[in-house]
Amino acid sequence: MKLTLEEVEHIADLARLCLTDEEKEQYCYQLSAILEYATRLQTLDTSGIPPTSSVLPEHAALREDVSGQSLPVDVILSNAPSIEKNQFRIPPVFE
Amino acid sequence: MTKPLIFMTINEMIAGMRSGSFSSRELVAACLDRIQDADPRLHAFITLAPEQALEQADNADAIYAKARKTGQMEIPALLGLPIAVKDLITVAGMRCTCGSKILDNFISPFSATAVQHLLDAGAIVVGKTNTDEFAMGSSTETSAYGPTFNPWDVSRVPGGSSGGSAAAVAARMVPAALGSDTGGSIRQPASFCGVTGIKPTYGRVSRYGLVAYGSSLDTMGVFTHTVEEAAFLFEIMAGYDPRDATTMNVPVPQINLTSDQDIKGLRIGVPKEYFIEGIQAEVGQRVKEAIEVLHSLGAEVVEISLPHTEYALPVYYLIAPAEASANLARYDGVRFGPREEEDQLIKMYRSSRGEGFGPEVKRRIMLGTYALSAGYYDAYYGQAQKVRTLIKRDFEEAFEKVDVIACPVAPSTAFKQGEHTGDPLAMYLEDVFTLPANLAGVPGLAFPVGFDNAHMPVGIQLMGSHFKEDILFKAASAYQHVTGWHKEIPSIS
Repeated sequence: MKLTLEEVEHIADLARLCLTDEEKEQYCYQLSAILEYATRLQTLDTSGIPPTSSVLPEHAALREDVSGQSLPVDVILSNAPSIEKNQFRIPPVFE
Repeated sequence: MTKPLIFMTINEMIAGMRSGSFSSRELVAACLDRIQDADPRLHAFITLAPEQALEQADNADAIYAKARKTGQMEIPALLGLPIAVKDLITVAGMRCTCGSKILDNFISPFSATAVQHLLDAGAIVVGKTNTDEFAMGSSTETSAYGPTFNPWDVSRVPGGSSGGSAAAVAARMVPAALGSDTGGSIRQPASFCGVTGIKPTYGRVSRYGLVAYGSSLDTMGVFTHTVEEAAFLFEIMAGYDPRDATTMNVPVPQINLTSDQDIKGLRIGVPKEYFIEGIQAEVGQRVKEAIEVLHSLGAEVVEISLPHTEYALPVYYLIAPAEASANLARYDGVRFGPREEEDQLIKMYRSSRGEGFGPEVKRRIMLGTYALSAGYYDAYYGQAQKVRTLIKRDFEEAFEKVDVIACPVAPSTAFKQGEHTGDPLAMYLEDVFTLPANLAGVPGLAFPVGFDNAHMPVGIQLMGSHFKEDILFKAASAYQHVTGWHKEIPSIS
């Protein structure tokens, strides 16, 4: 099993990652090796086994929906690469 | 001649400051001197805050002086104590890079809850320690700021991902440092550097302010020299936090380890799957010797089985990257981090992320995205979550028979710099004995039990059932009362 260049490019596209040609080539080989290793999971019979998404016992994590103190806007904006009128500035969403 | 301040235990440091034998300023300055001397060779720190730390020390000294004058000695438990924090954990007003270029200029507006508990108790953060980029690594070599070197032999890695914190504590730059553990990132570097490290139960210490990697696996803990110190800081850090819905509202045990621990009748399970061919012979021997010491102190030792151990690695390396691929979507050049200017939003995302992330982070994002993608989800991520259930059940069944599981932390002692950097799978295999605890959510405690033939530290790992950290601390404390491995100090060569 080896990932094709097209598969790697598709995954990179989904992950919003710009990769160099060298990286794409590397990942074809490296991701294939890791996925190959993971195929041993297929040998286990897991019919009737529920998936684990959390190791915690079920507990009520809900709380009252009340407003609290938030961090000041200027502090949050101070880490942004581009701001305008107290908001994050981004390039156009559509072409 | 009196003991140099940096070689004191935390108890001795606090007692000295309370009595006025020395000041917090002297203690913080001694740590900063040690850092200045040793860090050029070890590179344990990414960011230092010396002026701020000394200023806080002066404040602490003023409180101590006033308390001595009035006789009112009810002062915060850690007042004036210097500590370091892994650069994956936020401290308000301090840079938090996560070992990545993509957060190079990020100043955290808030402190992690566990850090805040320590600050409230009077601790002083002297700096932020090196880490594999976003904690993705087992050697601290994937940091965008360069690797950390092992204080016992600088040609070797300190382990990872919390390698900076482990090296800083081992080299006596600070008496304690915070770390995080998603697949072994506290226990393995503790073992490689010859220090004590606690990975708490999932849900015991708040993850608020711990930058997310694998949210169902991430935990925060601490490195120290002795088990007593680790238990002391753990108690302060732990507890329910409304800001982290995965913390459990259960009482934090008061752990009193000041007197000799009685471990008569403690049932210790030794899992046969952790003593396999291929592990370094001295590692197996030292761990077995340590188990023999616990046996001589009255513990019962029985062989147990955790039959799905061999599947932990493939399960982890599907689940953790899958969670990471979602968690790291937030680094897109909008709210923080450097931006690559492009004429369209999606192009800007791609370029900023392609430029800002290093190779291991990209590899795991790619792997996780693949495991979650249409057509592969059931075969990879879905199946991994089911096998995770089997691994968790292994532990539940084992803890019906025993109180503690004892085993090696890693298959070998610290390996050479560069030894595994070209082969990701070989690097992942380093985590084979630490991943199961994260998948099952159980606590793990690593501490030194001797050296190999190259005089590199060997660690043992004790695992317990959920929220039973106190049993691990008691067993390990009993061991440290009759042995001296935790007192060994590297010459930093």
